[in-house]
Amino acid sequence: MSLNNILTNWSRYRKGAEEGGFHEYEHQWGMVVDLNKCIGCNACSVACYAENNLPVVGEARYAKSQFMSWMRIERYWDEPDLEPYQASPTANVDVWIETNPPAGKTALKPSMPGSYAEGLLEPGGQGFEERVGVFGTKGEMQDFGASFLPMMCQQCHAATCEPVCPVAATYHTPDGLNAQVYNRCIGSRYCSNNCPYRLRYFNFWSYYEDAWPEPLHMQLNPDLAVRDKGVMEKCTFCVQRIRVAKDEAKMENRKVRDGEFATACVQTCPTGALVFGDLQDPESRVSKLWRFHQVEQGKTKQNKQNKELRGYRILEGLNTDPSVMYLERVREV
Amino acid sequence: MKHVSEKDINEEIKWAQINTDILQSLQNPRKAYWVAVAVCVAMLACAVVAEVYQYQTGLGVADLNRPHMWGLYIATFIFWIGMSHSGTLLSAILHIVHADWRKPIYRFAEAMTTFSLMTAGFFPMIHLGRMWNLYWVIPYVTDRGIWPNFRSPLVWDAFAITTYLTSSAVFLFIGMIPDLAICRDNSTGWRKKLYTVLSLGWQGTDRQWRNFRKTYMLMACFLIPLAVSVHSIVSSDFAMSIMPGWHVTSFPPYFVAGALYSGCASIITLFIILRYFFRWEEYMTMAIHEKICKLTFAIAMVWTYLNLVEFGATWYGHDPVAKEVLISKFVGPFAPFFWAMLFFGSVLPFALAFEKSRRNLPWMFVVSLLLNVGMWLERWMIVGPTLSHAYGPESWNFLWPSIVQWAIVFGSFGWFGLLFLIFVKVVPAVSMYEVKEMVFHRRREANPELAARFHRRITDAQSVTAKPGIEGA
Repeated sequence: MSLNNILTNWSRYRKGAEEGGFHEYEHQWGMVVDLNKCIGCNACSVACYAENNLPVVGEARYAKSQFMSWMRIERYWDEPDLEPYQASPTANVDVWIETNPPAGKTALKPSMPGSYAEGLLEPGGQGFEERVGVFGTKGEMQDFGASFLPMMCQQCHAATCEPVCPVAATYHTPDGLNAQVYNRCIGSRYCSNNCPYRLRYFNFWSYYEDAWPEPLHMQLNPDLAVRDKGVMEKCTFCVQRIRVAKDEAKMENRKVRDGEFATACVQTCPTGALVFGDLQDPESRVSKLWRFHQVEQGKTKQNKQNKELRGYRILEGLNTDPSVMYLERVREV
Repeated sequence: MKHVSEKDINEEIKWAQINTDILQSLQNPRKAYWVAVAVCVAMLACAVVAEVYQYQTGLGVADLNRPHMWGLYIATFIFWIGMSHSGTLLSAILHIVHADWRKPIYRFAEAMTTFSLMTAGFFPMIHLGRMWNLYWVIPYVTDRGIWPNFRSPLVWDAFAITTYLTSSAVFLFIGMIPDLAICRDNSTGWRKKLYTVLSLGWQGTDRQWRNFRKTYMLMACFLIPLAVSVHSIVSSDFAMSIMPGWHVTSFPPYFVAGALYSGCASIITLFIILRYFFRWEEYMTMAIHEKICKLTFAIAMVWTYLNLVEFGATWYGHDPVAKEVLISKFVGPFAPFFWAMLFFGSVLPFALAFEKSRRNLPWMFVVSLLLNVGMWLERWMIVGPTLSHAYGPESWNFLWPSIVQWAIVFGSFGWFGLLFLIFVKVVPAVSMYEVKEMVFHRRREANPELAARFHRRITDAQSVTAKPGIEGA
């Protein structure tokens, strides 16, 4: 933009600077996640691993939080008691609670190191009784259970990861996607640090060397690259599928139809908790859901007429303008 | 300790004596020097081994993980950048305000600036996932027309640091020219050749001195805003981000204060080392030591104040997440280090406030090292807690840095030490001509008649080419 342009179109320039992102979209791929329907089965995550050539990193690297699940299911227990964490010398809540029970509770047997208490929280699992004693009564646990929050890249329109990349390896596409160019990435990892959702995953190792021993390498998806060490990666909304759908539509000289294709996670979800589509197409399922729940893009706070509506976007107060709307889980208390 | 003089410098000291005393530091090293070199090389070797391993295997060996994308590398990077600032404080800021007590100690401080920048520069490279593509952050013309992202603070860093490194190296060199000429005139062999090239034909003529003064002043004026901006830009790596605990308005001054603080503390360390090993009690006097200690104390208090500002602003602010990060610093997994940082950074400097404690040089040596430990911890406390405790509870964790990270951090001190050891044997670590200048000024104040007899001007129709040292004797 020349100086003259800036001076003559100052207001437009300012607006662009304030709103950020790309403004002349062909599509705006977006998603809706209905938390009422999510049963936490992790099928979406598995599908993502299969579709996007994500390496399975093994227990040791998983315990070090060096794993690569672009689509992850976060599990929250009701009203988690975070006090112990804040007072803890080690940050692992599980380990801490085991060794330092709150007053009046009994200490737990140490669990397997690094495992996120595998089986401990299942009824009948090892240490279940004691653990329930820490979190609440057994009744509460069974009544409420866990909440699940599927987290994939939110494809923010004012993405915090984009401006900080020194080599512009992450940028906004005309599809409304937050793209990551592996070949351009030099691995400064600033984008991941600046992602409030922590949804960017880094290739700390050459994972491919042992993630797909023969004959598993035959399962790799030929539509996208296998990443080597030193690059950042994240959910792409299955950009390879988007590409195919757009190409086909172009060949047949039509627009991309809603529901013509879906990302791997959406396709796999057994309960239909995930909906994918084009937010620019007013007739798409996604657009209708966004309108119905009175969630609009470009806002840091939604102004809803009906407070009962469940739609919200995660951390939208940070003005990241995500493309994923979540529908709150409603429970009987 | 030996009580030399209450004056900044003894004005009776003869100019030939100054040359002799300073130039003896360039003589063939003693055994202790080679031991120090061996230690530094060994430390550096640790880092090289660790870095080769990490380069081949990937950053996973450093035990970085998803929330902890930056670890000790970036913390140590800020530490070394910070250390570079006090050289500029002494050589440029105190130069333009005519604080002449800086003169015997500014040369090694300025060298410290250059060398710590040369150390700091390695860390952003080491921490890259694909170091071999480092040059992509430099804007260069290609047929692909791809440019770096000028909005990224990391690109600003690259510009700021290269500019600062170049300028401070040039500044260091310019300030050394008259001394290099003295070295040239007093050396033989390869040294003679080296100094002949480096002294750029310095003859000490009036015109040369005039140009020299102007250039020096110009560089000083150029370097001051540069030094302040460099650490402000480094702070924007954090302040420009959206993360709680990083997105802090007071970060630029906080970083600059911390930088001057750790720099001054290391000046005290090096001051004591050089004074002891080269027996420079006549030049690095206790009076100057007192001044640099007081300066460090003042900066420590500024740093403490800015710390309190940050805590207060976060505590009374409206950002619950930032407040939670602050609380996690005090009681979370980093708490021992955080409290150590507060102790070393804000309580320990009171040792500099009392004369009795200040005059105890071995104690001051320990204190100055501990102050720097505190400042290193400060940088880690900036980088670490925010990463371990940001928005989503899913990614809250704490991973102790692996041996690879520690080895590289450890080795960086060896690299810095090695550069400094080479420096003290190749160029005079005390500025001879400026010490003479200082002596001259003090002499004129103390005994104007004697000074008038010793120092004639051109208008006195005397030969200007005569060596001043001879007259002074």
